[in-house]
Order: sequence, then C-alpha cells, then structure tokens
Amino acid sequence: MISLTVNGKAYDLDVDPEMPILWALRDVLGLTGTKYGCGQALCGACTVHLDKETVRSCCTPISRAKGRSVTTIEGLSPTGNHPLQKAWCDLAVPQCGFCQAGQIMTAAALLAQNPKPTDADIDRSLAGNLCRCGTYTRIRAAVKRAAGLPEEPTRSTSEEG
Amino acid sequence: MRAVVIASVLAACASRTPPQPAATAAPQPAATAAPQPAAADHPSLKTVASFDAIADPHARSAALFLEASRVFFHPRCINCHPAGDSPAQITPDRPHDPPVTRGVDDRGVVGMRCTTCHQDHNLELSRVPGAPEWHLAPKTMAWVNHTPQQICEQMKDTKRNGGRTLAQIVEHNAHDQLVGWGWHPGHGREPAPGTQEQLGALMAAWVKTGAECPREGERP
Repeated sequence: MISLTVNGKAYDLDVDPEMPILWALRDVLGLTGTKYGCGQALCGACTVHLDKETVRSCCTPISRAKGRSVTTIEGLSPTGNHPLQKAWCDLAVPQCGFCQAGQIMTAAALLAQNPKPTDADIDRSLAGNLCRCGTYTRIRAAVKRAAGLPEEPTRSTSEEG
Repeated sequence: MRAVVIASVLAACASRTPPQPAATAAPQPAATAAPQPAAADHPSLKTVASFDAIADPHARSAALFLEASRVFFHPRCINCHPAGDSPAQITPDRPHDPPVTRGVDDRGVVGMRCTTCHQDHNLELSRVPGAPEWHLAPKTMAWVNHTPQQICEQMKDTKRNGGRTLAQIVEHNAHDQLVGWGWHPGHGREPAPGTQEQLGALMAAWVKTGAECPREGERP
C-alpha cells in the first residue's frame, strides 16, 4: 500500500511499488491531465511536482512518492486560475496542446523558485519539455507574462523550432 | 498506437535518435531487456600483483595509477566528469539528451534536476540509468580533455578533489555507490573495465607506493 497525497487529497493506493506515477494518476485516480509522451523521460509531457520538485511521472516509481505530495496540472490551482494558466490563455500558447500540461508544471516550479527568470533561465529549465508544434516562443512569453516581466526576448534567440 | 506515433514525432522534432517505438510504447518483461555484454567480452583490469615486477616503487606507483585511469576514461565515468556544464551520454562525444546543465550544485537547474528523471536505481523498461546521489562531478574534477597525469595531480589536490585525503580518495573509488554504478550501468550499457573492487585495490596500492603520477604524455 502506497500512502501519498495527490492535489491535496490523501490516498492509499494498492498498486505495484514500481508502477510509474503516471499510471497511478491516469489509470487508478482518473487524473488524465498529465500526458504520456515518450515513456523514457525524454519529452517532459508527463511532468508533475513531487513535493516542490519536477519529476517525469512516466519513469518515476510510485514508491518514490510514498508519504509525499504529488501535484498535477489539475491541482496547480483550484480554479484553473494560476498566473501561468491565465497567461497561457491570454497568449493562446497551445496549438495541439499535448505537451502543455508538462510545460506549465515545469514553468510553475521555475517561478516558485525564481520569480523573475531571465530568458536563459527559462530556456534552461524548460529545455526538457518538447513541443512538437514549436510553440516555444509563446511559451517563453507566457512564462514572462506570468512573472510580470516584459515579454520581448532579452537576447537574440532562434525562434520557433 | 497513438502513443507510438507521439513518441516518434517528439523524438523526430528534437533531432534525436528516436527510441525504438516498440520498446517505448509497450513495456516488456524484464527478462526481455537487452542483455549485458558477456563477461568474456568485458575488459579486465590488471591485478595489483601484476605490477610487482616493476622494481622502482615510484614507477610502480605511476603504473598503478595509469591502469586505474582506464576506468576514469571509460564513458561510464568520464561522461559525468565534463569540463563544461553538461554531461555526455553513451559515448563522450554525444551530448546528454535532453540538454541538461549542472546548475549551482552540480545536480541540475529547477525543472531539470538530475532527479527529475534519474531514480536511485536503473529503470530497465524505460532504460533511464539511476543510482543514489546521481549528479555531475564538480568542474574542478573535470576529466574530459585531461591526461592521466593531470587527473592524477587533480586527485591529490585537496583544493580540487573535494577536500579529500588520499585515504578518502581510495574509499570513494572503492565503495561509493555512484562510482559503483559504472560496473552496473543497466540496459545494454558497457560497464567500466574490471570491477569496483579491483579499482579500489589499484588505488590503495597507488597510495601505498607513494601516490606517484604518470609522466605527461603517458597513456594507459
């Protein structure tokens, strides 16, 4: 039995300790906002918070979450009104949307620790979150808007790719 | 099937070597994981006794270190002793994918910590390697672009070796769990030469004979 908290609610899960957190979230708890991308910690689509740190839930055994707190995109804000979520809507960041939950969860961890990130900070922290639609410039702009920063790039960068 | 397509597209977008779709989308039993290199193919280390023929203790000490440096230069070890801010993977000329950076504590930056992906053990299904305290060696312990002589001097320099005594250097090589991962790297990765026990014995003998360094230009 694995006892943990997910989005502020306590659970006792009778699952294999090696089950990836993602499987427990989606198949056991029905929290399907977190996506399966690559299954190898290469794309970031499955990113959630374990306590305050990001983890790739597709590869992190549920046993690592024992006695700890998991936060998913559903739990980031009770009303879906997190500054990042608002900025994402304001700037129409998503295209297909598949990677965006992971993008937002990583960005939320970044802003919690670094409320005024530079472009380089954003790029380094989000380097493991791939977007097949190439919305990277809008993602960066939305992170900066959520942080209350000017949205223009602070240095020359390669644009959407 | 949908997951297979997604994984393939994501990998292609990143210009990375795509993971094999079948293994990505359909977890396989552990018994089907890629086999480790056969023991017969695994390069060995010379034993401490094999250096007894070198009469001069200084030369013997340097030769012991040179043999041990075969481990240091192995990809399982040198890949995480980079001279810059990012490790390599598989082979020293292949950058870590995804593109991670060391951060202020050699354990990554927020959102891209080593433990964002790496666990305290290897994951055979996803092939992600892992061991306790997974992290990069500090820049002062860089081995990339260094010679055996330079690494030897580095290891003896408490300003660059984490303040370790020679006895602690031996202990680190002989028993540290992250060092030990080099011989148990999981999923088809080639282990470092010999065993951790043999490396520990070589390093202990190196210290016992004076911790002499190879001459510049000498290679294992």
